[in-house]
Amino acid sequence: MYRYDEFDHDFVQARVAEFSDQVQRRLSGEITEDQFRPLRLMNGVYLQLHAYMLRIAVPYGTLNSKQLRMLGHIARKYDKGYGHFTTRQNIQFNWPALSDIPAILADLASVEMHAIQTSGNCIRNVTADHFAGAAADEVADPRPYAEILRQWSSVHPEFSFLPRKFKIAVTGAERDRAAIQTHDIGLHLKKNAAGELGFAVYIGGGQGRTPMVARKIRDFLPEADLLSYCTAILRVYNLYGRRDNKYKARIKILVHETGVEEITRQVEAEWQELKDAELKLPDADIRAIEAYFAPPELTGRPDGDEAVKLARLDSKGFSEWLDQNVVTHRHPDYAAVTISLKGIGEVPGDASDSQMEAVADIAEKYAFDELRVSHEQNLILPHVARADLKAVYDALVDIELATANSNLISDIISCPGLDYCALATARSIPIAQEISRRFASLERQREIGELKLKISGCINACGHHHVGHIGILGVEKKGSELYQVTLGGSADENTSVGEIIGRGFSSEEITDAIEQIVDTYLGLRLNPQEKFIDAYRRVGPAPFKEALYAGEAKAA
Amino acid sequence: MKILTANRLSDGIAVWYADGGWAEAVGQADLAHDKAAEDRLEAIGAKAYADNEVVDVNLIDADIVDGVVEPVRLREKIRAAGPTIRGDLGKQAEQAA
Repeated sequence: MYRYDEFDHDFVQARVAEFSDQVQRRLSGEITEDQFRPLRLMNGVYLQLHAYMLRIAVPYGTLNSKQLRMLGHIARKYDKGYGHFTTRQNIQFNWPALSDIPAILADLASVEMHAIQTSGNCIRNVTADHFAGAAADEVADPRPYAEILRQWSSVHPEFSFLPRKFKIAVTGAERDRAAIQTHDIGLHLKKNAAGELGFAVYIGGGQGRTPMVARKIRDFLPEADLLSYCTAILRVYNLYGRRDNKYKARIKILVHETGVEEITRQVEAEWQELKDAELKLPDADIRAIEAYFAPPELTGRPDGDEAVKLARLDSKGFSEWLDQNVVTHRHPDYAAVTISLKGIGEVPGDASDSQMEAVADIAEKYAFDELRVSHEQNLILPHVARADLKAVYDALVDIELATANSNLISDIISCPGLDYCALATARSIPIAQEISRRFASLERQREIGELKLKISGCINACGHHHVGHIGILGVEKKGSELYQVTLGGSADENTSVGEIIGRGFSSEEITDAIEQIVDTYLGLRLNPQEKFIDAYRRVGPAPFKEALYAGEAKAA
Repeated sequence: MKILTANRLSDGIAVWYADGGWAEAVGQADLAHDKAAEDRLEAIGAKAYADNEVVDVNLIDADIVDGVVEPVRLREKIRAAGPTIRGDLGKQAEQAA
């Protein structure tokens, strides 16, 4: 994986020193909160309901075991023994004292990590397919490009005060696991007819109060032009994006109001000025960054098939986990493993200090020291020999992280909601927990099949509810929590925004409503292979409305 | 009725103004029963903010329930107790201990 060079080390150390000084001056009263707030936000420090919150960047979701161990150490030493993995592939700590944050940042810097640009109106952590480098279906690893974007966007003077935050995602496969069409810029790495690498470029996707699916503005951008083209997009946005209204300030609104043809013309015109200048990426530079991401040397382990076969016979639990949480690797003797942070009734995305340390040990021993954070709030071991899968499973059972529910209804994305977040209008975690408990039976979950359920505790949509097959949005109505349900959203290569199905449900009603929706689907699907999202797209909302509300209409 | 709440600057912990200082529990918070008392609390909050003791200062609705002060809104109830999903954390844990 990427290693800091001298410049990166100096840059991060300088930032630690700078922010430590700013914290000291704040604590001594030398600077006011109004002066300090933008400075702390540039370093990932928020103020939540109970305490400060520190959001730490995990660039394109890639970690090594030393880094994960350090996150466990921070959780134990400075926080309350756990951390929360987020949909931006980052991690948040919920209880740090402001006075401890300089020490935390120094600890992070010692393992090449930081919290820079995890907040503020700048380019945020660039996310990537969590199976990057391992997936059997990718044309190339997207992370070198994410790293190039990270280097370019870090404290970029022109793009540090944009109209609003700006998020970029990259995938290297046709099957989009990085939700690129919900991003300000989505990049799909592909090959043209000549076999050259480049990108399909999407802009203007986003969630929040005005969800929009990104529009493709270029079908093939040569890889050398990545930075010049992104600069052109950011320039057009920085110039014309609205600054008068926070809720209309994202690029999606600009794309919508300007029209995709006109904004494409503007971007292309800007790009003509830039494309042959200093932003053109020399091939040697791309290949040098790519070398950092060279996959580990995967030696042949042909004993895997036999080992897996025997272990399957020996353990039903292993067999189920294998079916659900283990995916094909480009090397036939290897597999990529999803470590579910969605144990039944647990808090989605939370991991304890000792779990982080134990997972780090597993990664070191069995997975070439590589880990990923997925935007679905799970951890990934991208390269595990099939012959070692049983050992990995047993180690995960020991730390209660072997739940076999990847992509099933209990693999829920949930924001922290009103249990932590100062912006939230309703709780989301308890709803996730109750739904997870209701559908605890793995047999039942597998009968239902792939179902992406996503919950947000406010309209800002951090829980991605708009693109859940089933989405739940918590709002406050007359002092109570009310949960609105959307159906038919999706965040893959066929991205769609879910439709509101009808009136909302109280916290007591919502789990029953979800069960009714699921039962309706089971009753109408053509066969067990027809997934929830496909069935919904075939039949539309009517049968679900009927199931949820017909009784009311008759009563009324 | 209103009470004054904020988060302490140094560690961000939620606090309520009570008996001349900032308490870590809401139960004994000073209650404002009228506009004049609200103004007095607001002035105290503004000064504490200016003195860099606290941040995010707010006057919030409260009631007296079983002899102790309790915030009205769910958000403020959760601030006063801790995450509803982690009874072992926040004020609720300290009070139980």
